[in-house]
Amino acid sequence: MALDSKIPNGPIADKWTNYKDHINLVNPANKRNLDVIIVGTGLAGGSAAATLAELGYNVKAFCFQDSPRRAHSIAAQGGINAAKNYKGDGDSVHRLFYDTVKGGDYRAREANVHRLAEVSSNIIDQCVAQGVPLAREYGGLLDNRSFGGTLVSRTFYAQGQTGQQLLLGAYSAMNRQIGRGKVKMYNRHEMLDLVVVNGKARGIIARNLVTGEIERHSAHAVVIASGGYGNVFFLSTNAMGSNATAAWKIHKKGAFFANPCYTQIHPTCIPVSGEHQSKLTLMSESLRNDGRIWVPAKLEDAQAIREGKKKATDLSEAERDYFLERRYPAFGNLVPRDVASRAAKERCDAGFGVNKTGEAVYLDFAAAIQRYGNEQAYVKGLDTKDTKLVTKLGTELVKSKYGNLFQMYYKIVDEDPYTSPMMIYPAVHYTMGGTWVDYNLQTTIPGCFSIGESNFSDHGANRLGASALMQGLADGYFVLPYTIGDYLAPDIKMGTISTDLPEFVAAEKAVKDQIDKFMNNNGTHSVDYFHKKLGKIMWDKVGMARNEKGLNEAIVEIAALREEFYKDVKVPGTDKGFNQELEKATRVADFLELGELFAKDALHRNESCGGHFREEYQTEEGEAQRDDENFAYVAAWEYTGKPSEAVLHKEPLVFDNVKLVQRSYK
Amino acid sequence: MAQCQSTFDFRLYDFQTKNMKLTLKIWRQKNAAAEGKIVEYPIDHIEPDMSFLEMLDILNDELIMKGDEPVAFDHDCREGICGMCSLYINGEAHGPDRGVTTCQLHMRMFKDGDTIFIEPFRAKAFPVIKDLVVDRSSFDRIQHAGGFISVNTSGNTIDANTIPINKKDADTAFDSAACIGCGACVASCKNSSAMLFVAAKVSQYALLPQGRIEATDRVLNMVSQMDAEGFGNCTNTGACEVECPKGISLENIARMNREYMSASLKG
Repeated sequence: MALDSKIPNGPIADKWTNYKDHINLVNPANKRNLDVIIVGTGLAGGSAAATLAELGYNVKAFCFQDSPRRAHSIAAQGGINAAKNYKGDGDSVHRLFYDTVKGGDYRAREANVHRLAEVSSNIIDQCVAQGVPLAREYGGLLDNRSFGGTLVSRTFYAQGQTGQQLLLGAYSAMNRQIGRGKVKMYNRHEMLDLVVVNGKARGIIARNLVTGEIERHSAHAVVIASGGYGNVFFLSTNAMGSNATAAWKIHKKGAFFANPCYTQIHPTCIPVSGEHQSKLTLMSESLRNDGRIWVPAKLEDAQAIREGKKKATDLSEAERDYFLERRYPAFGNLVPRDVASRAAKERCDAGFGVNKTGEAVYLDFAAAIQRYGNEQAYVKGLDTKDTKLVTKLGTELVKSKYGNLFQMYYKIVDEDPYTSPMMIYPAVHYTMGGTWVDYNLQTTIPGCFSIGESNFSDHGANRLGASALMQGLADGYFVLPYTIGDYLAPDIKMGTISTDLPEFVAAEKAVKDQIDKFMNNNGTHSVDYFHKKLGKIMWDKVGMARNEKGLNEAIVEIAALREEFYKDVKVPGTDKGFNQELEKATRVADFLELGELFAKDALHRNESCGGHFREEYQTEEGEAQRDDENFAYVAAWEYTGKPSEAVLHKEPLVFDNVKLVQRSYK
Repeated sequence: MAQCQSTFDFRLYDFQTKNMKLTLKIWRQKNAAAEGKIVEYPIDHIEPDMSFLEMLDILNDELIMKGDEPVAFDHDCREGICGMCSLYINGEAHGPDRGVTTCQLHMRMFKDGDTIFIEPFRAKAFPVIKDLVVDRSSFDRIQHAGGFISVNTSGNTIDANTIPINKKDADTAFDSAACIGCGACVASCKNSSAMLFVAAKVSQYALLPQGRIEATDRVLNMVSQMDAEGFGNCTNTGACEVECPKGISLENIARMNREYMSASLKG
């Protein structure tokens, strides 16, 4: 099957406008004859549910949480990009487009990224109209800040809780439609399979997580908005419930899965503290504006620190290695996420890690405190030589900028980051890969769409900060409502789809069989036991740096672990009611397959790009080495019964508007 | 990962840990219809750096291995923002620490040998689903009644900077909007009142020009739904403000009362 990306013809800046002018529309009276299922209620799913219901479609929305407001988009901290050029600093749709393609290490589809940049401004307008309290300047206009990988200030924000505020905006728009009866909300429900009738997506099988009932739901189209698959690593900054089941189930029913190996490892997270660790917490990228990253220069000092015989503050400047400043003098501590993460791992692997597990580096604000303190003392006409005073003033200023983050660190680690440096380590944060979609955001199954983090489309091999929120809302508010109408137009006279069709019966039976198997398995280990084992294989062999040998081992080990899981997993309780262990079991079963495909994709991509680093493909200085000649394509995998035997389909990436160059931050 | 130890083989490291031994007294209830009771569980090898929910993870792992049913509790983001976790710990919503949710509460807040009572958030409008899990969909229904501004998605709304908003009002609206909808306010209130929750939403919109247009209907509809859900009245004890993990202030309730008064006169 040849992949058809359905990119419209014409110059890139006109594609989306021309497309909208020529698609099929459904008249308002007919929209009420059409049902749409949306799985997931984060920024993408929530905004799509609200918008489609406003247009007149009958929407059924599903989330596993107890309220759509709790989807993990809520945890995004930093901000949302938009090419508003409110600062007059030269921003434009083209620049946002260009930065995103370059930031993605030239592995994204140009036409999609340009459309994203085009609608970015509308998102801000829409959110403000909804009452989202974005940060403002004293003159009453919206404020912006800068993020990594760009030369302009285009990031809108709401303190450190931008995701929360944008999600509550989408949730409020949904609430209005739930109140009108246009969105039927299914909280505490989990999609466990897709129903395909005559080659088209026509419904889902879902489990009511409270009663345990298996339910059939039909619709004329199904939209997957279930987020990313970072929890395949067990430990990540994702929520505990974040899972890939919906995306994986559609893959098994025929939707191709694209670029699973593109995973973002965020450099500034709080390190693992022990075996009990259940998840990791991100510290905002903004901290790298003022913090300096270092490890001890001598192995014996690192050892002494790990053993608690020395403290960070005991080491003089000469005894410290500011490795990012050393390796990347031009960008220093502000290199992109993938580069910073790898450099930290390299030092820890060489034995310079500073916490008890050896997997942490310092993020130090002492210099910033002194610099700000001096400045403040000078401005206030005080004695800049009074070290105590300078430290006090500097601490106050750092507190005003990062107070909430420092407080969060203190609560988790129980150490004062104002007086001793923070410890940080990279953690899995976001997945750029996902369901393959065409320009319409439609998967390779007609009538099955995929939006937000669950698709692969806009970020290439590496996502820039503050672009995830932009993409989720762009897909849900401004793209899908057009493209899905074009698809649904021929279905207006079809009427409600019966859930008694044999395809529903068969899909329901398969789901029930899997659940019965888990309930009657009576194994000896809990679900978490297997999830942790999978996470360890993924982190050790498919993590920040990968090589052929490790990846081959991972594929074998994951397959073996999956077999062991089905033989030996123990799921207590009953399936006829609320059972969190059963929920975990169905999710981990899918991660155990996805992980294998992930490793296979990483193994086949014989280059390093963005979040995918293969040790064999690096420059002499240890930087990522892309191979544009052989790998400038999207790898879309077709399921054939076993993840390691998936069939590769290539969508060539054509760059007409951006020149491919090697990224350098030296 | 040559020299770098793996993430999970923690027993390879020489952790200098302080083991805590605790007695947990946990509310167990099979389902909404069943009667519940407090069950005692001893637990050992708890470290001060663990979060409260990680301590419960360990208990649950032990229960599963023994063939018992694990304790059901709600949780998701484990970083204090989704509002999914709840728990009434030693008589306080989200436990003894201030300004944190249960998922951010760490075991260092407790002492070796402590007895800890763990119960669900209790209120008529929050029926128990199982063990420590409660149904808070009443909060959603209050929002359906008016927790929104009636603008459709179009891409043709006015430019976001057309109406300047005073920074102080915008910041105050943000402070109200920071509510995570966890229900600690209801659980802490002797009347099980949802006034702080509803007032936070009413305030966010009342402070912004976009929200003023529907202010009258909004406050009347949301308050009427709040009453219909069976939440109690506010008697200004202020317990909600003390226990709120996001610092939502009582001023919101005062603002909602003013809004309600003026809306009632208009209506």
